[in-house]
Amino acid sequence: MKPVTVRRARGSLGRYLLRRLAFLLVSLLLASVVLFLLLRLLPGDPANALLSVGATPEQIEAARHRIGTDRPLAEQFLPWLGDLATFSFGTSFVSSLPVGPEIASRLAVTVPLTLLAFLLALVIAVPVGFVAAWRSRTWYGSLLSGLSQLGIAVPAFWIGILLVTVFALQWRVLPAGGFPSDDWASAPDALRSLALPIVTIALVMSASLIRYVRSATLDVLGSDYLRTARSLGSSFVGAVWRHGVRNGAVPVVSILGIELATTFLGAVVVESVFALPGLGSLLVQAIDQHDYPVIQGVLFVSTLAVLVIGFLADLAQRLIDPRLRSGVGT
Amino acid sequence: MKRKAVIGGILTAVLALAACGGGNGDSGSGSADANATIQVGSLYEPQNLDNTNGGGQGVTEAFNGNVYEGLFRLTDDGEVEPLLAEKHEVSPDGLTYTFTLRDGVKFHSGKALTSADVKYSIEKVTAENSQSARKSQLEVIKSIATPDARTVVVTLASKSISFVYNLSYVWVINDQAKNLSTSEDGTGPYRLGAWKRGSTLTLTKFDGYWGTKPSNSGVVFHYFTEATALNNALLTNQVDVVTSEQSPDALKQFDNADYKITNGKSTTKLLLAFNDKVAPFTKVGVRKAVSSAIDDKKLLESVWGEYGTLIGSMVPPTDPWYEDLTKVNPYDVALAKKELAAAGYPNGFTFTLDTPNYDPHPTAATFIKSELAKVGITVNINVITADEWYTKVYKNHDFTATLQEHVNDRDVVWYGDPTFYWGYDNPQVATWVKQAEQSDTEAQQTALLKKVNQQIARDAASDWLYLYPQIVVASSKLSGYPVNGLNSQFYAYGITKS
Repeated sequence: MKPVTVRRARGSLGRYLLRRLAFLLVSLLLASVVLFLLLRLLPGDPANALLSVGATPEQIEAARHRIGTDRPLAEQFLPWLGDLATFSFGTSFVSSLPVGPEIASRLAVTVPLTLLAFLLALVIAVPVGFVAAWRSRTWYGSLLSGLSQLGIAVPAFWIGILLVTVFALQWRVLPAGGFPSDDWASAPDALRSLALPIVTIALVMSASLIRYVRSATLDVLGSDYLRTARSLGSSFVGAVWRHGVRNGAVPVVSILGIELATTFLGAVVVESVFALPGLGSLLVQAIDQHDYPVIQGVLFVSTLAVLVIGFLADLAQRLIDPRLRSGVGT
Repeated sequence: MKRKAVIGGILTAVLALAACGGGNGDSGSGSADANATIQVGSLYEPQNLDNTNGGGQGVTEAFNGNVYEGLFRLTDDGEVEPLLAEKHEVSPDGLTYTFTLRDGVKFHSGKALTSADVKYSIEKVTAENSQSARKSQLEVIKSIATPDARTVVVTLASKSISFVYNLSYVWVINDQAKNLSTSEDGTGPYRLGAWKRGSTLTLTKFDGYWGTKPSNSGVVFHYFTEATALNNALLTNQVDVVTSEQSPDALKQFDNADYKITNGKSTTKLLLAFNDKVAPFTKVGVRKAVSSAIDDKKLLESVWGEYGTLIGSMVPPTDPWYEDLTKVNPYDVALAKKELAAAGYPNGFTFTLDTPNYDPHPTAATFIKSELAKVGITVNINVITADEWYTKVYKNHDFTATLQEHVNDRDVVWYGDPTFYWGYDNPQVATWVKQAEQSDTEAQQTALLKKVNQQIARDAASDWLYLYPQIVVASSKLSGYPVNGLNSQFYAYGITKS
């Protein structure tokens, strides 16, 4: 018989943070090795992508030498690891520009796009999902639930094209695409450019979120503790507010983390429809050109973002649910 | 009720955003506005800003003639005219070219143009690590001397009638300039304002320009990866002109008084390139049969509608040695069958067609497959990426037949090189190509290259399916923009907006 060990609540929040930070760093290091090796396994030669029809073998050799792909793997890997520590990511094979600032300029589009879309999705999904559950037996409860299911099936680019057709081409109230060349120098202009993409992503995201909010709410509404609270004299709203929201939020928050991480890079389709210079389109272009430093840089930053988002979601869950803090649940 | 409120809330937010800003309407005056900035929409963003370091088609489009100038300029009509060279003399043996530079030319950095800059610029193209596709054409240069600040003397190893033409794509760059992949120092009417990768490249008027000042205050190139997004930008006045439309379907929405559609001359040819060194395409009869079995007109119509041209050879109408050779291997299924039988393949054969995975190649491959099935030839379509094409077909010659677009003008001369990927090896043609380059007069060169063109058509060295159209769509407020896009260039200095 195995001895039963119950982990006690010895970890303070500080200890927990330290442990998570160590985990994050080890994950990043592993990710950097995997990224590096996987890219080198891909067929194709980056030197080819740099040259055009008419190039001689000598020119190809010279290109290889310039970008350093003629050196042993270890000699290519170590400098990159060094670059990572300083977040500089080296220099693009294709543009000869440093990769770090390039990624930073793309993040200025992708981060606001993702976060604002995420917030909008929350604003839509939480009330709609709640109503769909609370009034699940009514016609409009079913309708909301059905619509969200339909929403999951509709591809993002289609919603994007639809919004462009209505708001940009018909009504001419918002730009059809693009992003101001001076970035956020004029915030209203930047926001106008992001408006339709944000709504597009938010609609797609909220469709699946509504499902999760709805099922979490159904669980809460059917729970014993809610009935008990009501029997002890709480009003419905009071009972839901005091006991329901916390319980319902735990599973939803973990899904939120995943959704946010997916959208971060998944916005590429929407970026393409709206001609936005975001991180996803940079990655697609770099893969097309075998631009290893850029691919590595983007994937590394994305990995970092996903890990941080996961960490934040985990932290949020702990704040919501004291049982997770005690360590019993983990 | 709640659902309505939520959706209403989104609409309100969207409309609120729409209301702020957005007041960028035109001034409304009918005449040309010298202070107007021209917004250009393009699918070809530069990879970097150096055309000897893999900058690609995009940097030529944005910079050629706008930011950088050569000793000569290739006009939109295909004429070569002096630009930074005021005059030039050729020695009687055709081996020494003496160029006198224009006086008073300044680089954007303020430095005056000297012969040393020209020497540096030519050597940059021919340098060992240069990635210029045009490098081999300039290898004929033996030495460059700079006897004084305004004189450049180039000595050639052998005569080269195309030399002056070839100089039209050599950018003259300040020999002290640094970081040319990300910045510039040219002599053109515009200087680089800013380049926001993935989005826009801005050119602003250069006040110290030696020649006629631009008719506008500047140009912004907007880059798109998706043709629909590009067309939407034109529909919503975000851009004034699209440099090259890639689909005829999109043109219907511009068929009204607000836009002008021009059908210019292109130099891009779609080739069904046989490997002439691999059976059964070693036989001229087989190549001719395949050429006659494919209805090029129908293919062109299915890809480009009413646009594009059939040429029947490698030479586009803007090359001086063009002639219509569509009759040499006419579309004739009965003839194709006869030629196949005569070549020893009465029941046809099977071959693999390496097909790049981007438009229009897959469409053309499917069409060719169905056409050739009618004469008993089975086509296996092998879809490959551009990179695979480069390694497998172009470098290793490991293919039977392939599809590829060839964009350059004056590129019929590749048929004189038996080591080129398609393996066409006709010593007579190689001799003519060589003689043409060493001609004394352009008439002589033209006559010889016409013979080359006729011979490769008779040999069906490749099957030249069609010549692409060059379609520019612009707001009808715009005028003075180039319509032919030769060598991908897009001169912006003459564009006016009313």
